[in-house]
Amino acid sequence: MMMLMDDLIAAIDDLKREDLEVWIQTALVQPDEDAGAPAFTEIECARVQLICTLHYDMDVEVAVLPVILELIDQLHETRHRLRSLSNAVLAQDEDVRAAILAVLGTK
Amino acid sequence: MKDPYEVLGVKKTATDKDIKTAFKQLARKHHPDLHPDDKQAEAIFKDVSGAYDILKDKEKRRRFDAGEIDATGAERPQQQYYRDYAGAGAGPSGTHAGQDGFASNEDLEEFLARAFGGGGGRGRAQGTRKARGSDVSYVLPVTFMDAANGTSRTVTLPDGKTLKVTIPEGAEDRQTLRLKGQGMPGFNGGPTGDAYVELHVEPHRFFERKDDNIHLEVPVTLQEAVLGAQIEVPTISGPVSVKVPKGSSSGTKLRLRDKGIRNRKTKQRGHQLISLKVVLPTGDEPELADFLASWKPKAEQHPRKEMLS
Repeated sequence: MMMLMDDLIAAIDDLKREDLEVWIQTALVQPDEDAGAPAFTEIECARVQLICTLHYDMDVEVAVLPVILELIDQLHETRHRLRSLSNAVLAQDEDVRAAILAVLGTK
Repeated sequence: MKDPYEVLGVKKTATDKDIKTAFKQLARKHHPDLHPDDKQAEAIFKDVSGAYDILKDKEKRRRFDAGEIDATGAERPQQQYYRDYAGAGAGPSGTHAGQDGFASNEDLEEFLARAFGGGGGRGRAQGTRKARGSDVSYVLPVTFMDAANGTSRTVTLPDGKTLKVTIPEGAEDRQTLRLKGQGMPGFNGGPTGDAYVELHVEPHRFFERKDDNIHLEVPVTLQEAVLGAQIEVPTISGPVSVKVPKGSSSGTKLRLRDKGIRNRKTKQRGHQLISLKVVLPTGDEPELADFLASWKPKAEQHPRKEMLS
């Protein structure tokens, strides 16, 4: 479900319009602008919520926000790869899994 | 919902700054987006942010202190966290983090826990997370005969627990048995680990195992070797009667069919292979010596001929 900027600002108490505009300009959030007005997918809404918590509640400065978000994105990317890899390993026969565990130095 | 002061761990008299500091510390520890692998994070952070919503707002805090509102009203509506999307396959491709889905299932958690000792993260408190118990390994010495014939043993572990171990017929040295669910208990209702028991088969005084066959050297007297005899020989399943052929030498091989180890896969038994060893009388036997001194064999023997040519 897409949200328009006004809806998003109404949904998140702390969120200030001018801040959100800066975040969009600096590509911290990337709303869909095809329809004319910026529209936010659920993932972008959640991202805005995260930025609000970091910035308003945890006093993370604007200049530092991209660094943190970049690291969080990298973490998710890595987690995603780890999951895919683990799923691939799980699909193998037990002896293959055991061999992999052995190489990882556990068991 | 809980008392917001308790949730944030601050006194009733805390200043706004104290409250913010407490919130920042708790958020750093429990924000689901900063701890994507921590399943408890969301519940904890919900309490923390709900408490903070009351206490950071002077008016709400005053009304809560005055008993005009309770903490329930401050619960945030169901919040979606970035982590729910960033790794989970929602949203357009090309933005931010990787998008394809991953299945979250118990097997995967278990595998990751085994591979990385606790779920892929570092230093997370174990108490907060459902985790499979560790596997434990034991070494169990078993006698040659128990391994050959199979048996059941009750083992008392160092922690006082007893474990019933079934040693299969024909168990091999260094064979590992897996006892499902006999390892360490899981955390927070996670499944119990497994016990791995490695069998160390002790050597036997007389029998020697090679694959499915049993080798045994059997001493026979000079008379038995020369004249032939019916003798009793031990096997792994008890003594059997064996015919020593007339004129046997040391090294003569006899085979007892199906008296070896039962193969685990084929269920066929191996054989017992006997090697005869002629032993001379131990005491003084002057008559034998006299006889041999005057004895002329019918055919001349050259037992070392091949070695020397």
